[in-house]
Amino acid sequence: MSSDPHHSIISGLSSDVLEHTEVKVSKCYQCGKCSAGCPLSEEMDFPPSVIMRMLQTDNPDLEEKVLRSFSIWVCLTCEMCFARCPMSIDIPKMMDYLRERSLKEKKANPKAKEIVAFHKSFLDSIKYTGRLYEIGLFIDYKARTLKILDDLALAPKMLKRGKLNIFPELIKDRSGVAEMFKKSSKKNNT
Amino acid sequence: MTLGFYPGCSLKGSSREYAESVLAVAKAFDVEIEEITDWNCCGATAAHNLNKELSLALPARILSLAEKQGLKEIVVPCAACYSRLTVTKHELSKDPLLKATVIEANGLDYSGSVSILNIIQMLDKYITPNLGGRVVKPFDHKVACYYGCLLVRPHEILKFDREEDPQSMDILMLKTGATPIDWAYKTECCGAGLSVSRTSSVGRLSGKIIEDAKDRGAEAVIVACPMCHSNLDMRRDAINTFLGEKVDIPVLYITQALGLALGIDRKKLGLQRHFVKVTV
Amino acid sequence: MSKIGVFVCHCGENISATVDCAKVAETASKYDGVAFSVDYKYMCSDPGQSLIKSAIAEKGLTGVVVAACSPRMHEPTFRKACAEAGLNPYMCEMANLREHCSWVHEKGEATTEKATDLVRILVEKVKYNQSLNEIRVPVTKTALVIGGGIAGIQASLDIANTGHKVILIEKDPSIGGHMSQLSETFPTLDCSQCILTPRMVEVAQHPNITLYTYAELESLEGFIGNFKAKIRRKSKSLDEKLCTGCGLCTTKCPTKKIPSEFNEGLGNRPAIYVPFPQAVPNKPVIDRIHCTYYTKGKCRICEKVCPTQAIRFDQEDQIVEVEVGALVIATGFNIKQTDFFPEYGYGKYPDVITGLQFERLASASGPTLGEIRRPSDGKIPEKIVFLACAGSRDPAKGIPYCSKICCMYIAKHAMLYQHKVHSGKSYVFYMDIRAGGKMYEEFVRRAIEDDGVNYIRGRVSKIYEKNGKLIVNGADTLLGAMPIEIEADMVVLATAGIANDGAEELAQKLHISYDPYRFFAEAHPKLKPVETNTAGIFLAGACQAPRDIPESVSMASGAAVKVACLFSQDELTREPIIAVVNRQAPPAYSSCVGCFLCVSACPYQAIEKEEIRNRNGELIKSIAKVNPGLCQGCGTCVAFCRTKSIDIQGYTHEQMYTEVLALLNEY
Repeated sequence: MSSDPHHSIISGLSSDVLEHTEVKVSKCYQCGKCSAGCPLSEEMDFPPSVIMRMLQTDNPDLEEKVLRSFSIWVCLTCEMCFARCPMSIDIPKMMDYLRERSLKEKKANPKAKEIVAFHKSFLDSIKYTGRLYEIGLFIDYKARTLKILDDLALAPKMLKRGKLNIFPELIKDRSGVAEMFKKSSKKNNT
Repeated sequence: MTLGFYPGCSLKGSSREYAESVLAVAKAFDVEIEEITDWNCCGATAAHNLNKELSLALPARILSLAEKQGLKEIVVPCAACYSRLTVTKHELSKDPLLKATVIEANGLDYSGSVSILNIIQMLDKYITPNLGGRVVKPFDHKVACYYGCLLVRPHEILKFDREEDPQSMDILMLKTGATPIDWAYKTECCGAGLSVSRTSSVGRLSGKIIEDAKDRGAEAVIVACPMCHSNLDMRRDAINTFLGEKVDIPVLYITQALGLALGIDRKKLGLQRHFVKVTV
Repeated sequence: MSKIGVFVCHCGENISATVDCAKVAETASKYDGVAFSVDYKYMCSDPGQSLIKSAIAEKGLTGVVVAACSPRMHEPTFRKACAEAGLNPYMCEMANLREHCSWVHEKGEATTEKATDLVRILVEKVKYNQSLNEIRVPVTKTALVIGGGIAGIQASLDIANTGHKVILIEKDPSIGGHMSQLSETFPTLDCSQCILTPRMVEVAQHPNITLYTYAELESLEGFIGNFKAKIRRKSKSLDEKLCTGCGLCTTKCPTKKIPSEFNEGLGNRPAIYVPFPQAVPNKPVIDRIHCTYYTKGKCRICEKVCPTQAIRFDQEDQIVEVEVGALVIATGFNIKQTDFFPEYGYGKYPDVITGLQFERLASASGPTLGEIRRPSDGKIPEKIVFLACAGSRDPAKGIPYCSKICCMYIAKHAMLYQHKVHSGKSYVFYMDIRAGGKMYEEFVRRAIEDDGVNYIRGRVSKIYEKNGKLIVNGADTLLGAMPIEIEADMVVLATAGIANDGAEELAQKLHISYDPYRFFAEAHPKLKPVETNTAGIFLAGACQAPRDIPESVSMASGAAVKVACLFSQDELTREPIIAVVNRQAPPAYSSCVGCFLCVSACPYQAIEKEEIRNRNGELIKSIAKVNPGLCQGCGTCVAFCRTKSIDIQGYTHEQMYTEVLALLNEY
């Protein structure tokens, strides 16, 4: 960050966002084009442009709401907002950072439990085998969420069509991949 | 020259018919394909949602393995993997410090020399120039070419096709004898990573896609991404629930449609593996 | 021996608050050659000037140093005072004690010391000053106006009405510009053509105006008061003297399906055409790109039907050379087309149109005779959506600026639509409503309150077509960015106003500068809005930035007055701060070796070759010569000259070295 005193006005979460993603929230002039094009906007508690506005205020209460929002988890990183943003603001990159931060501070929205669980199960799966093991992922995910009944009918259909491997594909250099996880999760709470 | 191949996890599991059709089409044109040895998962959405460094390290390992294997060019049929690999290559080339961190921390040998092709680029480079006379069973159907998100966005990095109303798949399908339709949902998101954790959202998002394709008379939806395929095909029950009607338009990988036009056996293209019966 | 006077000004407290002015004056009095030194509260006041004048008279001063503010402020004041006292004005120099010293430093010894140094420098410099005389150049009292839109028309009429000659050139077959395409005008809703056409006719009839339509500037040489312009009169394939404007040819032309430029592609015109019924001149031209005779070698029907045999297929472009004293550039603007917007369909939906196309639909002279009908099927739209900022304020699309006129014309469009389609529903997507202007805000409120136009604050993300409807995806940012979907019958994009095609080429021909968006640059954003950096060339209207009609007209009248001021003088005087190539006694003649690096370096084409010949006419030497009328005194040639043969008058090498040495206390 610049040591120019005029820039120290940017503080709190928006300054962290700037540092980690080069996204300057003050660039947003609230046209709402992102919210208008976002496929998940209607499922969000705060559409993307509102998240931007909340960050612009530098109000700690609103920043807290951002980190605890459902929006950041239901965002699919489809990049539509970024593609159409007149100010070329990389909202998806910012969302990645907000998710990482929310998780680190244990503030993930309770409604996002399944989404977070799925991501974690996914990473766990590849952590041990190097590649995604779909049955393992399902079992792990169900254990995390207790959503035992969901998609129960799917697995046999997939098996029948040869779409599921009974056993995981194991790569040879599993320790190398596991090491990557270890190193990167020292900094992150994953 | 040998073309490197990064199948990614889906193509080894739930989307194996995509791999089957890619290899079948390549074989038909004697394109030599070599799988990257001991490849790992690219990390997909999960990694970049939760852990930035991991989201770069995993793809970097893949590219590093390809380099070690002496591959100059790799095809990545899965649009999601293609996106992760290309974005990683871009991020590391843009930021030498980041590159050094990722390489050192993970003990990789990485120079960034491998060029990455998505499936359309691969077909355009190795197949379509030699297509003349090979289309024995023209794919004579109205098709909705569905590009999804990750093939065309972010345009600044991928620099593939145009980001609104892309055309490359349509042009390719035209060459197989199909009639691509002009429709509105070419690049709208299918719900991707929420497939398992929020199936209802996928039902809505993919539902709108299928609905628009149906309304405009498409007989098949053509895709180039296993995530798009699984949402549009395997999640058809959720889609039909959202739409309140039973829509049975099949969803084909572009390599399957091309394979059919080339007269390749349906089974070799893995068409029997679909949830929605392929009637075209 | 020099007799220098030093006059130290307090500038009220502006200087004296931090500089000890009395001490500066006292120190200066001890310098070699200083005959008089004094400090005073306001040197620019009448008593202050009298102080200088009487000192010149009484002490017989040969040079004056006024230590006060920036020379940009008061140099003319003090030079004039010196001249009135009989001293050559260029023997007066200013030391800038205010901006360069008192304003930027704290009070103290060092500040006063710096002030003393600044005075010292100028005292030494002025010893080397030489008497200079202003440069006088004659004035050709004819103006060239480029562009026949409302700005060019207004400028031409105003100049012509001061009694001076005007040559007006217009690239299209008729004058009138964009204003002739408009239906009604904000904020009064008076008919555009009704207020414009009388002025177009006035131009055609004015004895002082020569009008060349279908003509463009080919080249421009010369300088203020003395320009030489070449004008290309494109061939109209017509003898205008014979043509009566009967229009028979245009009705008989078999090539009728050419998209009409005047109707923004919403209607067709023949290959031989008059752009619109009230065109001035009302005589046709043949569009050679589309005419069957020019493309395929046969037809010539127009020639057969013409009752006066006025068609000339073999007519060639004509180059007209004119001498003018000043130019007014009024080449106007253009707009982005709908194909500029990927997210709004790349221009592939016929019912997504531009604001200018809507003007044509709403205009009684337009393709629908003023009925709002959509281009695809001619249906009257029941739901219409207007999009403000289509391309404007969009750095990602390369247009960060506000196009300024759109907020107002959108309100007007929506209003006109509501007036014409009573059952219709209109929506405006906007980000901010910028309605600064007399009666403008009231006008917008009228659209909202009285005509029921539905304003939604948000930008539209996507437009696509389905079942004959245009689906508009937006969001209402005043409702927490709630997504909004409107099934519209027609969408009007208020596309960004942009610089005209060929603006850069024209700027290069004129040697004027342009901004990053290719709009022509004014000399000063506040105090010289109609001047360019090239003396004698003025700007009017939207070629400088997006402008509405009242602004374009005001600017045109402003530019006209600037031209009239220029033409009120028989000769122009200019400061002699220009470059000169030294001349020496034979056999050297000059230290210039004739490398002519300066010729290519000069940004004003002010340096030419001079041949020195003996009595028998034999060439002795070629050296550089500066044209005093063109030289702007920028000094580029001085820096380039390898033999130091060029000096800027008043800023010679000798003077510069002296200043530096004075600062190093070498004296």
